[in-house]
Amino acid sequence: MTRLAARTAALVSLAVITIAFVGPFLWVLLASLQPDANLTAKPTFEFSLRNFGAVLTWDIIYRPVLNSIVISGATALLTVVVSGLAAYPLSRYKLRFKRHFMLTLLFTTGLPVTAIMVPVYSMFFRFNLYGSIPAMVLFLTASSLPFAIWMMKNFMDSVPVSLEEAAWVDGAGWVQSLARVVGPLMAPGIAVVAIFVFVGQWGNFFVPFVLLDTPEKQPAAVTIYTFFSQYGQVAYGELAAFSVIYTAPAVVLYVAVNKYLAGSFSFAGSVKG
Amino acid sequence: MTSATVTSPRPAGSLDRREPDRPVGGALRRLLPLFPALVLLVVFMAGPILWSVYIAFTNETLTGAASVNSRFVGLGNFVKMFGDEDFRNSFLLTFIFVIGSAVIGQNTLGLVIALLQRGRARAVRSVVNGVVIAAWVVPEVVAAACWYSFLAEEGTLNEVLAGLGFSQDWLYSAPMIAIILANVWRGTAFSMLVYSAALSDVPADLLEAASVDGASGWSRLVHITLPLIRRSIMSNLMLITLQTLASFGLIYALTGGGPGTASQTTPLYMYEQAFRYFEIGYGSAMALVMLVIGALFSMVYLRLIKADA
Repeated sequence: MTRLAARTAALVSLAVITIAFVGPFLWVLLASLQPDANLTAKPTFEFSLRNFGAVLTWDIIYRPVLNSIVISGATALLTVVVSGLAAYPLSRYKLRFKRHFMLTLLFTTGLPVTAIMVPVYSMFFRFNLYGSIPAMVLFLTASSLPFAIWMMKNFMDSVPVSLEEAAWVDGAGWVQSLARVVGPLMAPGIAVVAIFVFVGQWGNFFVPFVLLDTPEKQPAAVTIYTFFSQYGQVAYGELAAFSVIYTAPAVVLYVAVNKYLAGSFSFAGSVKG
Repeated sequence: MTSATVTSPRPAGSLDRREPDRPVGGALRRLLPLFPALVLLVVFMAGPILWSVYIAFTNETLTGAASVNSRFVGLGNFVKMFGDEDFRNSFLLTFIFVIGSAVIGQNTLGLVIALLQRGRARAVRSVVNGVVIAAWVVPEVVAAACWYSFLAEEGTLNEVLAGLGFSQDWLYSAPMIAIILANVWRGTAFSMLVYSAALSDVPADLLEAASVDGASGWSRLVHITLPLIRRSIMSNLMLITLQTLASFGLIYALTGGGPGTASQTTPLYMYEQAFRYFEIGYGSAMALVMLVIGALFSMVYLRLIKADA
């Protein structure tokens, strides 16, 4: 095969793959703008924002999205604070059990959260926490921690300890050192962890579906499922508009951290701690 | 999103030289910042796992007599599970789902896309990356809605195939293929990113030299590229297997496990038993089986990456 032929074959294959990946998106994008949408992605010349208008109500969009913001936001905030604190001794001190602790955390990231939900549900029921958003946020934080601590520790390791020494000479303890020196220096890292956790929880369907009791408390992930299974078969255009509104924040936030996440895939064989 | 691990070089002249030995009070104070994380992890992660080990051996339910005082039933739940036709069906379907969508689908397609992108213009790579990653960033319930509209009786696929006489409700006639395709679509980005990173570490002059020696594209791939990135391949396989094993929302929203139990993987069957019929003890036994399988894969993964913490 000549170079040119190989090049053409590669480009054609990439084009086919791209079209195949675009396929399932078409419907959502087109139907959200079509006043009489059905299930087929068919370009028409009728465009309207009527579907968006129809779903922009308190019950369909505003309250669920607000719930999503509260749940994902609180989880992200709490995870950043708790993992940032935990990362400090792990990054700064020589600790005997450190290696075991870090490996256990990495091991935990592999466990299926889906399976943990049965005992969690049973515990929440026993301790009267079923339906409690704060209790669920604590669980979500705990489930985000293993990975967040790893990321935080790696970001903190790259802040040179020499920068802290001046603060120590001035008599600052670890609290001041962390808050005034290390924290600000690793602000981009903190933002990455926060956004990473936020986007993860924004899409989380199973946990709120199992742990929350009434529709008023549910985040958009669950509301859109309910909408899909109840009205989705009728109000196609509205389902599509709902999907677009709910997906947009995840996409925007991903684009924001894309640059920082790029390096995270080169764990080519080894992870350095 | 998922758990690749961020690597960053450790600064030279590193830390750890700060604190001279201090009495016990000092050591405790140094560990103080770890406590909130430890408490949360013990209460909400270790606690439920241990709790599931206990209730898996009881007849715990949320309704009826056993909800007040559950009793120890020994291996009863596990005996029931392996004799349960529906559980065996779900286990087989989970196996097919993992092999089809992760090991074969995402892994191969991710590698192929990464290979095809090598040496392509920046614009081409941006478009391909953008589209593939978009499918990954979309929340799983929206992904399910996209695929529902694509495969339904009056969906886009049938419209495209119109006139060929294939028109049918694909979600009804081929539910396993539907959930496998949807999961390949959604998860390929991860493998693609892992392989793009791994391929960029393969020395170009090595491939160049082999090419000069007359090695074909295929033999360069098999004899040079793949051996060099084998660690990444294994790590990637472990990670996507773990993610796919626990997959719930996408399948639940797309087919609901149906028609009948035709696409009811183990997480969906566990959900039905534990949360629909409130058979918590039985559900926990299934959860425990999944946790053990997950733990084995997770351990293999740790071995593979030789994490150096």
